[in-house]
Amino acid sequence: MNQILEVRDLRVAYGGRDGGVWHALNGVSFGVGAGEILGVLGESGSGKSTLAATLLRLLPANGRIAGGQILLEAADVVQMDAERLRSVRGRRVSIVFQEPSLALHPTIRIGEQVGEVLHAHGTLSKRERGERARGILAKVFSGDIERIFSSYPHELSGGQQQRALIAQAIACEPVVVVADEPTASLDPTTQREILTLFQTLRDQFGIAFIFITHNPALLAGFADRVLVLYAGKVAEVGPTHAVLSSPQHPYTQALLKCVPQVAAGEALRHKALLPVIGGSAPSLAILSRGCVFEPRCEERMEMCQTQEPAAAMLGNRHEVSCLKFPA
Amino acid sequence: MEPVIRVENLVKRHAGRGFGRRAPGFTAVDSVSFSILPGTTLALVGESGSGKSSLALCLACLERVTAGQIWFEGRDLAALEEKELRAVRPKLQLVFQDPANSLNPRWTVGKIVAEPLLVQARIAKRERDARAAQVLERVGLSAEYLERRPQELSGGQRQRVAIARALILEPKLLILDEVLSALDCSIQAQIANLLVELQRTYGLAYLFVTHDLRMAAHLADEIAVMSRGKIVEQGAAEKILRHARCEETKSLLGAASLAPEAIAAVRER
Repeated sequence: MNQILEVRDLRVAYGGRDGGVWHALNGVSFGVGAGEILGVLGESGSGKSTLAATLLRLLPANGRIAGGQILLEAADVVQMDAERLRSVRGRRVSIVFQEPSLALHPTIRIGEQVGEVLHAHGTLSKRERGERARGILAKVFSGDIERIFSSYPHELSGGQQQRALIAQAIACEPVVVVADEPTASLDPTTQREILTLFQTLRDQFGIAFIFITHNPALLAGFADRVLVLYAGKVAEVGPTHAVLSSPQHPYTQALLKCVPQVAAGEALRHKALLPVIGGSAPSLAILSRGCVFEPRCEERMEMCQTQEPAAAMLGNRHEVSCLKFPA
Repeated sequence: MEPVIRVENLVKRHAGRGFGRRAPGFTAVDSVSFSILPGTTLALVGESGSGKSSLALCLACLERVTAGQIWFEGRDLAALEEKELRAVRPKLQLVFQDPANSLNPRWTVGKIVAEPLLVQARIAKRERDARAAQVLERVGLSAEYLERRPQELSGGQRQRVAIARALILEPKLLILDEVLSALDCSIQAQIANLLVELQRTYGLAYLFVTHDLRMAAHLADEIAVMSRGKIVEQGAAEKILRHARCEETKSLLGAASLAPEAIAAVRER
């Protein structure tokens, strides 16, 4: 497949106020093909939001890329100067944030906010921009485009605000859109609608999406591939069906078992205690020598403490970083 | 068995707000009835705006109802004076969605958990501290957490503190308003287990408000589906899950699915 984004051995660290260093991403590698939906699954502290910000070089002042490459259409985002970055952000790669009510400007009309992206990346006149913005809004909204165009964010529902943000993100027809928990603040039905919208945009315009979430249920039936992030490392990555139905990494297995099973045909294990993952997430202040999941892993072996697992290929693009599987 | 709480035809109407063009009044809860038996859980599921949080606030006596009755320990709470309600509230405790916002960041865990005792009873400080330590133990936190502050805790630990604060007055009914939705999956499982264990040990009744039908089916004996202020479907958890009749329920089910059929629908590319 034609890779449009390739991340190689990405390392990101944050400086603490006390001079400490927090290693948020520790050697993350993956690729995204044209028109592919990659779901990134991770819990708090896994580094998933850091990953989203890093892909567009939007890290806060105390965050720094300590190593690795982000190849966007073969150009390394890590090495780009400010001017080059500005021309790439919003045009080739864009981002949709979690809280649409905070990401939109409260006193500028939606149409103008979408047109702003075109202004930053083109030479269209104001009128042309308005027309284009209407066209873009028509891709993400059905119904009264004029009303949306001239609305302020507060006049829209949460789902509509999120659609407006998506319109901004796709305005310049980027090759990849990073979406950081874009549906977390929406209710379940609206969530489904937004996911369907992503699929439609992928089918119609070939846009690839990196969809970041903590909720595995959202990825089933939606993502093409799933990447599981734990403590700044890729635990497992593979086709959605393989990762969610037959997870191989002990962390993925434990994580998916935490979700109550209510599948049809299975008896409801009503009020039964759910399996939990013992222990707590590791401190990011210390880089472990071995596997980061070792202290909580039920299948740990002696070598797990000292030997860092490399990604083992289990066939069909399913990679697992666990010493159970020889690389 | 006598229900812990019985709600009859409860209505909550909000007056219109805003300047100039006055917004019309809005009926958040529209003639809702149900009851909860001791040691059981009723899950209230619905989309945002369906009125489930308004209902939760009414039951916790934090909002006055517009019409209808709330029968609790032989009295109609809807008809009680504010002074009398003060004596009832300890038995109906509310836990909120986001523990980061519902705990005072400047206070220690010990002070947060013991505060209800200070409000409700004249108890010596030493006794309050002892009770706080005891109740923290029950939610799985050791006494060393008494001196910590909320920002030093993880999301799951904060939610445990919020539950401990609700338990210290020994309530009969816990109203759990989206208590799991702000948490990660693995933490959700831990808190869900805690709720199950507390219910088994103390015979607590729960009103579990959520939009996650999957978790509702796991934790609840009975599920009530709310839409536009009304209960549109109600019954045993298993029945609602397997044989949903209403569109609202089916839509929530679809959204919660990690079902094999949904996974099978994934396009292999």
